[in-house]
Amino acid sequence: MALSLGWHIILASFGVAWPAMILVAHWRGVYRRDDVALGLAQRWAKVSAVLFAIGAVSGTVLSFEMGLLWPGLMGRYGGVLGLPFAFEGLSFFVEAIFLGLYLYGWGRIPPRRHLLMLVPMAAAGVVGSYCVISVNAWMNMPVGFRLVDGQVVDVNPWAVLFNPGAILQFAHMWVAAYMIVGFLVAGVYAAGMLRGRYDRHHRLGFTIPLVFASAGALVQPLVGHVLGLRIAEAQPAKLAAFELATDTESPSPLRLGGLLINGQVRYSLDIPSLGSIIARNSFTAPVQGLDTIAPTDEPPINITHVAFQSMVGIGTLLFLAVALYWFARWRGRDLLSNRWALRFAVLAGPLGVLAMELGWVATEVGRQPWVVYGYLRTRDAAGDNPQIWILLVATAVLYTGLTIGAALVLRSMARRWRAGEEDLPSPYGPQSDAAGGSRPPTDREATTP
Amino acid sequence: MTLETAVAAALFAGVVIYALFGGADFGSGFYDLTAGGTRRGAAVRTLIDHSIGPVWEANHVWLIYVLVMWWTGFPASFAAAMNTLILPMFLALLGIVLRGAAFAFRKFAPTVTQARLYGAIFAASSLITPFFLGTVAGAIASGRVPATRRGDLWTSWLNPTSLWGGAIAVGSCAFLAGTFLTADAYRGGRIDLVTSLRRRTLVVGAATGAVVFAALIPILRDAPTLAAGLTGRAAPLIAISGLTGATTLALIAARRYQPARVTAVLAVASVISGWGLGQYPWLLVDEVRIDDAAAAPATLIGLLVVVALAGIVVLPPLVYLLKLTQSADWTHH
Ligand code: HDD
Ligand code: HEM
Ligand code: HEM
Repeated sequence: MALSLGWHIILASFGVAWPAMILVAHWRGVYRRDDVALGLAQRWAKVSAVLFAIGAVSGTVLSFEMGLLWPGLMGRYGGVLGLPFAFEGLSFFVEAIFLGLYLYGWGRIPPRRHLLMLVPMAAAGVVGSYCVISVNAWMNMPVGFRLVDGQVVDVNPWAVLFNPGAILQFAHMWVAAYMIVGFLVAGVYAAGMLRGRYDRHHRLGFTIPLVFASAGALVQPLVGHVLGLRIAEAQPAKLAAFELATDTESPSPLRLGGLLINGQVRYSLDIPSLGSIIARNSFTAPVQGLDTIAPTDEPPINITHVAFQSMVGIGTLLFLAVALYWFARWRGRDLLSNRWALRFAVLAGPLGVLAMELGWVATEVGRQPWVVYGYLRTRDAAGDNPQIWILLVATAVLYTGLTIGAALVLRSMARRWRAGEEDLPSPYGPQSDAAGGSRPPTDREATTP
Repeated sequence: MTLETAVAAALFAGVVIYALFGGADFGSGFYDLTAGGTRRGAAVRTLIDHSIGPVWEANHVWLIYVLVMWWTGFPASFAAAMNTLILPMFLALLGIVLRGAAFAFRKFAPTVTQARLYGAIFAASSLITPFFLGTVAGAIASGRVPATRRGDLWTSWLNPTSLWGGAIAVGSCAFLAGTFLTADAYRGGRIDLVTSLRRRTLVVGAATGAVVFAALIPILRDAPTLAAGLTGRAAPLIAISGLTGATTLALIAARRYQPARVTAVLAVASVISGWGLGQYPWLLVDEVRIDDAAAAPATLIGLLVVVALAGIVVLPPLVYLLKLTQSADWTHH
C-alpha cells in the first residue's frame, strides 16, 4: 500500500499541478501569439497524456488495494470514510473527460474554447486531492462517528469530508505538488541549458514551472509549521518522535539529527528552547516526552524522526535556493549562466519528491501503531492474508516495469523532438499508409494547428 | 424504493454503464489482437487508437465509481468479496493497469518493435480483464462469497457460473466494440476496414448470443437462486436482449451501422440488467441482502447527493465528449 501510494502520489502531483502550468503556456501561446509557448504547451500535453494514463491506472490499483489489503479498515469504517472518496471519484470523472477533450482537441476545437478545457482539469485535480487528503487527515484526527460496544454509530460522513485537519494538510500537499512538478519540469530544461541549449524555448520552459515551484517553496515552510502546531494536541506520540523528545522538558530543545539507540539520544545537536518555540509557538510549553507514552502506543521513533527532519531540511534548502535565485535576478544577475545553479536546478525536482515521500513516511509511520488514530490498530485493519507478500512483489515488479516503460517512451519523445520531428510518426507500422491510400490523418498529424 | 435500494440501483447503474463503455473499450482489444501483422494490422490499430483514445480514461472512471459506491454504501460486503475473490480481482486489476499503460506507451513508442510489444500487452490484457470481472460476477451471483468468513480461494471463481460469466463478458465486449468500430470505420469512409470488421463482428455477435443462451443451462443447476430470478422476474430482459441482439446482427448484415450501435447497447445492457434483477434482493447471493448490508443512512444520503451532483457536473461534459468523438467532424479530421 505504501509502495503504491508513494508511487501514485508522484503521478497524482502531476495531475494536480501540471494543468495549471500548461494553462499558462497555452494561454501565452493563444493570447500573446507566442509560438514558443504554444509549442511548449503542446509538448507538455503529450507528455501529460502518458503520465496521466499511468497515474490513473495506479489510482485504480489503490482502489482495489483498499479492499484487498485493509478489509478491517474498509469493512468497519468504509461507510464513514467513503464519502470523500465518492467526491474524489466525481472529480476524476471531470478530470478524465476534460483530459480527453483537451488532448484530442488540438486543431479540432476552436483555440480559445480548447484552452478553457484546462480549467476544469486543473480544478478537478485540486478538488480530488483535497478529498483524498481529507481521508488521511481523518485517520490522523478521527471525527464523524462514535464507537459504542465496538459498533460504529452516529455516522456523519460530511464531518469527515470537512474535518478540521483536512484544510491544512491539504494545503501542505497541494503546495508540495506544485513544488515537485515545477522543479521537475524546470529541471528538464535546466539540463538542456547545461548542454548549451540556451534558446528561448528552454528559457521559457524553465521559467514558467519555476515560478510555480518558487511560490510553493516560499510558502511551504510556513504551511508546514502551522500544520505541525496541531500535532501536540492531536498526536503527542508523533510529535515526541518528530522531535526525538525522550522526556518532557520545559522549555524543550530543538534536536537536530540524532538517533535513539537503546533509549538514549545519540549524535544530536540540541538548541535550547527552540523546540518549544517551533513546535508549540511558546517559550515554555513543553513537547510531551516519550516517557509519557505507553510502549505499545509508540511509533517507530527513528524512522519518524529522520524522515521528518530530512523533509524539513530539504524544505529549508529549497526555500533558500529559490530566494537566492529571485534575489539575484532582481539585482540583475542571471544565475542561469552559472553551471552550479543549473546543476542544483536539475537536482531540485528529485529533492522535492524526496521531501514529499519523507513527509508521508513521517505522517504515516508517526501515526503507528494506529491506522485510525486512537480507534483502530494497524494490526486489526490488515487482512490476514498469508500470501500477501506475493502481491507486494508483484506490485513492485509491475511498478518497476511501468517506470521503465514510461522513461523509455518519454526519452524517445524528447529525442525525436530535438531531432525536429514535431509530429511523432505513427507507431503502428513502418508505413501505416500502406494499408489504405485515403487514410484519415492520425491525431498526431492533426495536432498541428 | 428504500434508501438502500436506491443506492444499490445507483451502484448497479454504474456496473451497467461500465459494462457498456468500458466494455466497448476492452472489446477493441480483440480486433487489435487479431488484426494481423504490423503492416496489415496498422489500419485497424490506428482506427482503434483513434476511437478509444479520447474516451478510455473517462470510461474507466466508471469502475472507480462502482468500487467507491460499493465500499461506501455496503462496506462489509465489499470487504467480504475482496477477501474471497482476491485472485480474480487481482488479475483483473493487473489487466487494467497493463492495458492502460501499454495503450499510452504504444502511442509514443520509440520503435516499431516496442510498439508491437506494447500493442500485444494492450490487446491481451483487454481480453483477460473482462474475463476475470465476469468470473467475479459469476461468483457473487452463484452464492459463493460468504458474508463473514473467507470462501474458497479457487472454486469461488472457477466454477460453471463464473466461467460462463467470464465468457459472456468477453463476448459482449467484443460484440460492442465491433459494432462501434465498424460504425467508426464506415463514418470515416474506410470501406476496406468496414468489410473485414463487419464480417468479424457478425461472427462475434452470433457466438456471443449463443453463449448467453447456452449459459442458462449450466446456471440452472449451478446457481439456483439466480436461475429462479432469470427465468422469473428478469425473463423479459433476457428476451429483450435476445431480440435486440438479433436485430443488431440483422442491421449489421444489412450495412446499417449507425442504428446497430443502439441495439447493440440495448442488448448488452439488458443482459447485465437481467443479472442484476435476477439476483435482487441479494447483494451477495444467498448470503447478504441489500437492506442488511447497507451503511448508515447519513452515508447513503451522502452518496445519493454525489450521484445527483454527478448528473449535473459530469454528464454534460461527458455527453459533449462522446458526441464529439462520434461526430463526423472528428472522424475525418
Ligand atoms: C515538497 C514537499 C515538502 C516540503 C518541502 C515540506 N513538506 Fe512537510 N509534508 C509533506 C511535504 C513537504 C507531505 C508529503 O505532503 C506531508 C505528508 C502528509 C501531508 O499532509 O503532507 C508532510 C507532512 C508534514 C507534517 C506532518 C503533518 C501530520 O502528521 O499531521 C509536518 C509537521 C510538516 N510536514 C512540516 C513541514 C515543515 C515545517 C517544512 C519546512 C520546511 C516542510 N514540512 C516541508
Ligand atoms: C491519502 C493518502 C494516504 C492514505 C489514505 C494512507 C493510508 C495508509 C494506511 C491505511 C496505512 C496502513 C496502516 C499503517 O501501516 O499505518 C498506511 C501506512 C503507510 N503509509 Fe500511507 N496513506 C496515504 C498516503 C501515503 C503516502 C503518499 C505514502 C508515501 C510514501 C505513505 C506511506 C506509508 C507508509 C510508509 C506506511 C507504513 C507504515 C508502517 O507500516 O509502519 N502513505 N497508509
Ligand atoms: C488512498 C489513497 C488514494 C486512492 C484510493 C486514490 C485513487 C485514485 C484513483 C482511482 C485514480 C484514477 C482516476 C482515473 O481513472 O482517472 C486516481 C487518480 C488521481 N489521484 Fe489518487 N488516490 C489516492 C491518493 C491520492 C492522493 C494522496 C492524491 C493527492 C495528491 C491523489 C490525487 C490524484 C489525482 C490528481 C488523480 C488524477 C490523476 C490523473 O488524472 O493523472 N490521489 N487516484
